[in-house]
Amino acid sequence: MARIIVVTSGKGGVGKTTTSAAIAMGLAKKGHRTAVIDFDVGLRNLDLIMGCERRVVYDFINVINEEATLNQALIRDKRCNQLYILPASQTRDKDALTQEGVGKVLENLAKDFKYIVCDSPAGIEKGAHLAMYYADDAFVVTNPEVSSVRDSDRMLGLLSSKSKRAENNEEPIKEYLLLTRYSPDRVKLGEMLSVDDVQEILSLHLLGVIPESKSVLNASNSGVPVILDDKSDAGQAYEDIVARYLGEDKPHRFIEVDKKGLFGKLFGGK
Amino acid sequence: MSLLDYFKTNKPNSASVAKERLQILVAHERSSQNRPSYLPQLQKELLEVIRKYVNVEQDAISVNFEQDDDQEILELNIILPDDHNKAP
Repeated sequence: MARIIVVTSGKGGVGKTTTSAAIAMGLAKKGHRTAVIDFDVGLRNLDLIMGCERRVVYDFINVINEEATLNQALIRDKRCNQLYILPASQTRDKDALTQEGVGKVLENLAKDFKYIVCDSPAGIEKGAHLAMYYADDAFVVTNPEVSSVRDSDRMLGLLSSKSKRAENNEEPIKEYLLLTRYSPDRVKLGEMLSVDDVQEILSLHLLGVIPESKSVLNASNSGVPVILDDKSDAGQAYEDIVARYLGEDKPHRFIEVDKKGLFGKLFGGK
Repeated sequence: MSLLDYFKTNKPNSASVAKERLQILVAHERSSQNRPSYLPQLQKELLEVIRKYVNVEQDAISVNFEQDDDQEILELNIILPDDHNKAP
């Protein structure tokens, strides 16, 4: 049985696409056949983050409209042969996405893939709605910042009411918190909501904390999912997240202030 | 560490302000999220009907919607004026 994961947040710019790319690559690297779909019709970016922007021929909408087959549209990742990318259309309107169309594509993907990662657009409109509609699991990407936390709470409300599982009275979507752009230094100074604060407000199961890291921009600059940068803190944090999602018991990291980093900061290092 | 702690006590802690604001906001939004959207219209129409018979004030009617785990309660409260037996 394929598992459908939606990466959602409500608010834009919190790291949905970075997260989608990282966890899809992480799952594939663990040997699971994984497809990652860009639901942001008209503003596609997953292809750029994955570094396959020049290999896009057909897209998600072409498949829905039966102008191309799924196999024609899926782009195989050059670094990991278990990973496939289904890009969004850059030219069409978001109304080109239909519930039946999306359902059909997911059904077909489920025959071949173990995990299907749906990269949701920001907002609560059609693209975001359809990205979550068929989901089994939801990764709620949140920044430790008031507007992001509020929007995440709104998404939780939608996940529990506007999904296929909710409408059919099935077991609800499993929701996980991914706290991104976390800065333990600022939390210690009382300038940033702590992971405990955010968890308390949203009452969500914490899958992992991704620290604010230069490696994220470096990775997107070069079109490499940050999880492949295994020297970086963000890359390691995403690896932990994938492992935890797959049931491994990994203690949380990157929550406490790094002693060496603090020392360096106080004495003008770095 | 002690140097940092010293600065910490002098700064207003914006994170705790953020947490408090969010807790209030989220609690409020959760309670209104599942409320049916027809409530204001229902309240308005009910008021019109009741006013045909009894001269009540605008705020004499309250419509409340509550949700438990397994049931939804629509509560309607009408406060009649003392002299409601007289025709309007």
